[in-house]
Amino acid sequence: MPESPLSNSTRSGRPLSDRLDLRLIAEMVEPGSRVLDIGCGDGTLLDILVHEREADGRGIEIDMGLVTAAVAQGLAVIHGDADSDLAFYPDQAFDYVILSRTLQATERPREVLAQMLRIGRRAIVSFPNFGHWLVRWKLLVTGCMPRTRVLDRPWYDTPNIHLCTIADFFALCEAEGYTVERWLGVDEAGRKTPWRRNRRLANLFAEQGLFLLTRNSPARSSQGR
Amino acid sequence: MTQSRADPTRGLIHQTMVFEDGITLDCGVHIRPLHVAYRTYGRLNEERSNAILVCHALTGDQYVAETHPLTGKPGWWQLLVGPGRPVDTERFFVICANVLGGCMGSTGPNTEMTDETGRGLGRPWGIDFPPVTIRDMVRAQLRLIDALGIAKLFSVIGGSMGGMQVLEWASLFPTRVFSAIPIATAAYHSAQNIAFHEIGRQAIHADPNFHGGRYWEHGVVPARGLAVARMTAHITYLSEEALTRKFGRRLRTGPMLTFSNDLFEVESYLQHQGSTFVRRFDANSYLTITRAMDYFDLAAEHGGSLAEAFRNSPVRFCVVSFSSDWLFPTAMSRELVRALNAAAANVSFVEIASDKGHDAFLLDEPDLFRTVSGFLHGAAERWR
Repeated sequence: MPESPLSNSTRSGRPLSDRLDLRLIAEMVEPGSRVLDIGCGDGTLLDILVHEREADGRGIEIDMGLVTAAVAQGLAVIHGDADSDLAFYPDQAFDYVILSRTLQATERPREVLAQMLRIGRRAIVSFPNFGHWLVRWKLLVTGCMPRTRVLDRPWYDTPNIHLCTIADFFALCEAEGYTVERWLGVDEAGRKTPWRRNRRLANLFAEQGLFLLTRNSPARSSQGR
Repeated sequence: MTQSRADPTRGLIHQTMVFEDGITLDCGVHIRPLHVAYRTYGRLNEERSNAILVCHALTGDQYVAETHPLTGKPGWWQLLVGPGRPVDTERFFVICANVLGGCMGSTGPNTEMTDETGRGLGRPWGIDFPPVTIRDMVRAQLRLIDALGIAKLFSVIGGSMGGMQVLEWASLFPTRVFSAIPIATAAYHSAQNIAFHEIGRQAIHADPNFHGGRYWEHGVVPARGLAVARMTAHITYLSEEALTRKFGRRLRTGPMLTFSNDLFEVESYLQHQGSTFVRRFDANSYLTITRAMDYFDLAAEHGGSLAEAFRNSPVRFCVVSFSSDWLFPTAMSRELVRALNAAAANVSFVEIASDKGHDAFLLDEPDLFRTVSGFLHGAAERWR
């Protein structure tokens, strides 16, 4: 095997993220997988996946400055967005398609999920839980759109146009025929929370939901379990 | 001999590889011998794993990263290629060849015409040079890469027509290319671009000194026609914003209009571009190469499907466009990226914000440099 032309090159040296939810996502990905990270930002998660999970990682990001930063780190990232660019990928091109804290900002979340499970065998989705008690409390007490640490922008200036609760998301998965293989309630810092086994408690106390989905399709059942 | 007395590039000796068996072109004509003029920078490592091929654009040449022997100007991509530059010649062995059909030493209209046996006919090919394609150019480059003993190029990089060659390389010889950086380019030449080229060609044909393409017989060159072609083309390389910023409505001739012999700065600039160009470029070469670009349509070469051109490609791509480029607009790069995604290829894509138009790929664009250098580093980690 020939030596790398840049033999002294090392990993990009980016400090590992303290966003623990990215850690939790990375742990869900089996080493050596093909992964697409939608809304990958500057590539923090991709960097972890590529360097620690040996993944063949690709990313899509809508913010051009972040794309340039990611590509300049040597990551395979394209400028594009979840609503319009997923349709161009072939079926089952990836083992995992990841959408971290972005679903609520897409124009057609249901269609994006369907595309994710078309082009990937599994989908990993995280989103802010609008059912969190503080959100409910603020709306009840103030009568105004609630703002929290996760949802920190006023209603007229937020990219989050399709907010949902953990309960809503479970319902959508059922309606669309997706199997929830794993799920976690996560707090703001991305730590797993103790009531993660109970949907109703998680819907009240988790600041984010993190889901690993597969599609109930004939192709999958024929593979056996 | 009648050898082009007025040939602007006469008397220059270029480093050249000669292939006596020649090359069969897409048009069916076989030319022999084949001359490929080239330059290299840096040192090929023992594993021969650090070679990067740079492909030049329409009016570029092999003098990428050194003072040009004819114009005395810095190399055309000296900002990108050189010691410590994004394409670092202290790490990489950089090769650039003058394209087939060019006029800086490779076989082209201003080199001596040969018969089927390779015998020289004592006159340049001129207007009788057969039509060539981007694919022909790439096949000629492959001969050079073979002769240099390089099994796999670490990267192929090029902008504009150079980017077309990059795409053709990746599509034709996917096992010979590890990574590809097509910049400010497209998978086909658009109707608008063909239209602009045609204006240039018509200007050359209309010059009385063109003499049906046999101008060397008269000891002249169609300088005015070629200059107009260059002026038209040059406008397409810029943007309205860049023109306004550089020249605005300023006059060369004084502070205000006199309504006699007024010269706007932008006119003066274009005239300068035209007149310097004819001193280094051959008109028949210009006709041949613009035509090669017009012919280019990668999807058409693959049954109408661009994704098919890259099916199962192992090549890592980094596609770059510039926001103000209206000659090869971002939409065309995005089309290419979508086809690469459909082919499940490994692709990065960056649109760089710049007001400098198509020319931006040759200029000081820090985001371009960061992108190229980062992509090459990332690719190097995964070289195999």
